[in-house]
Amino acid sequence: MAATKIYVPRETSAVSVGADEVAVAIAREAKKSGVRIELIRNGSWGASWLEPLVEVEVDGVRIAYANVTPDDVAGLFAAGLGGEHDKRLGPVNEIPYLINQDRWTFWRCGLTDPLSLEDFGLHQGFKALEKAFADGPQAILDAVTASGLRGRGGAGFPTGIKWQTVADTEGDQKYIACNADEGDSGTFSDRLLMEGDPLGLIESMAIAGFAVGASRGYIYLRSEYPLTHRILTRALELAREGGWLGEDILGSGFGFDIELHLGAGSYVCGEETAMLESLEGKKGIVRYKPPLPAHEGLFGKPTVVNNVVTLASVPNIVNLGGERYAGMGVNRSKGTLAFQLAGNIRRGGLVEKAFGVTVRELIDEYGGGTASGRPIKAVQIGGPLGAYLPAEQLDTPLDYEAFTEIGAMIGHGGIVVFDDTADMAQQARFAMEFCAIESCGKCTPCRIGSTRGVEVIDKMVAGDSRDENYDLLVELCDTMEDASLCAMGGMTPYPVRSVLKHFAEDFASSGGKQ
Amino acid sequence: MRQGIEPEAINTIVSEFGGKPELLVQILQAIVTRHGWVPEDAIRRLAFELNLSRADVYGVVNYYHDFRTEPPGKHIVKICQAEACQAMGSRALTAHAHESLGASFHETSDDVTLEPVYCLGNCACAPAIMIDNKTHGRVDASRFDSLVEGLRESG
Repeated sequence: MAATKIYVPRETSAVSVGADEVAVAIAREAKKSGVRIELIRNGSWGASWLEPLVEVEVDGVRIAYANVTPDDVAGLFAAGLGGEHDKRLGPVNEIPYLINQDRWTFWRCGLTDPLSLEDFGLHQGFKALEKAFADGPQAILDAVTASGLRGRGGAGFPTGIKWQTVADTEGDQKYIACNADEGDSGTFSDRLLMEGDPLGLIESMAIAGFAVGASRGYIYLRSEYPLTHRILTRALELAREGGWLGEDILGSGFGFDIELHLGAGSYVCGEETAMLESLEGKKGIVRYKPPLPAHEGLFGKPTVVNNVVTLASVPNIVNLGGERYAGMGVNRSKGTLAFQLAGNIRRGGLVEKAFGVTVRELIDEYGGGTASGRPIKAVQIGGPLGAYLPAEQLDTPLDYEAFTEIGAMIGHGGIVVFDDTADMAQQARFAMEFCAIESCGKCTPCRIGSTRGVEVIDKMVAGDSRDENYDLLVELCDTMEDASLCAMGGMTPYPVRSVLKHFAEDFASSGGKQ
Repeated sequence: MRQGIEPEAINTIVSEFGGKPELLVQILQAIVTRHGWVPEDAIRRLAFELNLSRADVYGVVNYYHDFRTEPPGKHIVKICQAEACQAMGSRALTAHAHESLGASFHETSDDVTLEPVYCLGNCACAPAIMIDNKTHGRVDASRFDSLVEGLRESG
């Protein structure tokens, strides 16, 4: 009898709640009971609330068990692998949370062993790169432009225009710089992709390089992701061993390789020009624009700077056509976004859906409401620079322009839920405090304004001339928004203003500095 | 505990990175990974080896949170302070950590250094902490205590 395949994710969230210990217990129990198994460390499907999510393959169907602990393992074997158990959910491909998604970019995550070239090849791995070689660079640029894909890091700039600009710019050397400095709280889609489908990202970067004429790529990975670093390092080795990176890939005449760089704990380095400075070994200080990185980027050369998810959306655009991608979504927000349900939510995790879905649908239908069971008070979308939406704004469709209209932004798609115990004055204070901690210091509104913002909020909370300080805070927000060099200082006012607008009463009732 | 790094150790790391000044951030990461912190003499040495000014190197060391200029304890415990963890009680967890460890942020007590971190990307399993480069999720006060207890036992 063939060995029974058992899947235990190697991904950070799963491991953070015991997946490694479960894997060890499974190997031990198999040995003890003499059952032949093949243990596969897959990526995560993104249903984080079910982690560690163990799957047992029976007759080609993967049976899922949720929240498995090492203590459960003996029972799983005793029930017969795949058999009845309190934690048995049934086939993984029947879990509503997963099947009711539009998995365009994350389709391999969870399905495959991320560190197996063979498994990657069985799941269309490198097919898009081969097609790119056959179709030629301009066909790829046209497909990306036709797809309507926009930068998923937060700014939403059209990817096709960026790529075409770099392709059209003269340069003896061009670069692909992948921004994997995923610093926004409530976001983990880059990490999930890199841990679940690192070879897919490598393929995406090679396609980008081929399309624009760049022979070198960089991945700038934040240092808070050590496990991701190990997985990516191994994936890059595998790709080189397989001849998918290096000189003259597949005899195409095109050569491309990728260097993996670590950040060093700086939020601003997620801003593209600060990231380029850091990649050059310098302080992560924001550059003035223009020149745009597409003209003068890394080491002064034309550079495509794209977020992980943006790049990883491309292989299917190449395989299936840009029009197919553009057929999803609404208005100018085409395709899908990997939303991340986080914070006080019962079923947290990644949900890749076409644009147009409302915040409430995501939170209620996928997230199942708050983890605490209490009513929702506020939802922060788009990371620390995103607005706090009150419950009455949750029917807003997720569409870049619809969010701009209500003074909010989708950003990198993180959705952080707070229940009615949240002290919103403290959340406004934190926005300013975080900006003060992370400001690169180049421009005054951000560097000084954020510290003054904390002081003003402290006075309001203390009841010191609350009305005058309210006006002062609004004025300070205006200055930061209008005069800061980048989004750090320019958008810190978003969460602050949203608290002033929707939760002003919290300044009177706040418990003060915590 | 405040010893510097042997010049040879710095030279080894610099040569692993081909002596390239544009890899300064990566070189400093390697120093912190292997040595725990960046001593003053390392800054001088790096400036010399990479043909940079000491001010350049100091500026980079000073800019990034990861580049500690004080030696940490044997173990480093980081507690996420960002919004998703706040929504799940990280403020209370932080207060508990201060009390149980007897240390504020950036302080070391009984060989454990406590530090803040702004997002570990484990936002659907909040609150999250990191101990010696390993992320732990769904951490309440009692889980925190048992994880720290595990550190003490492992020495």
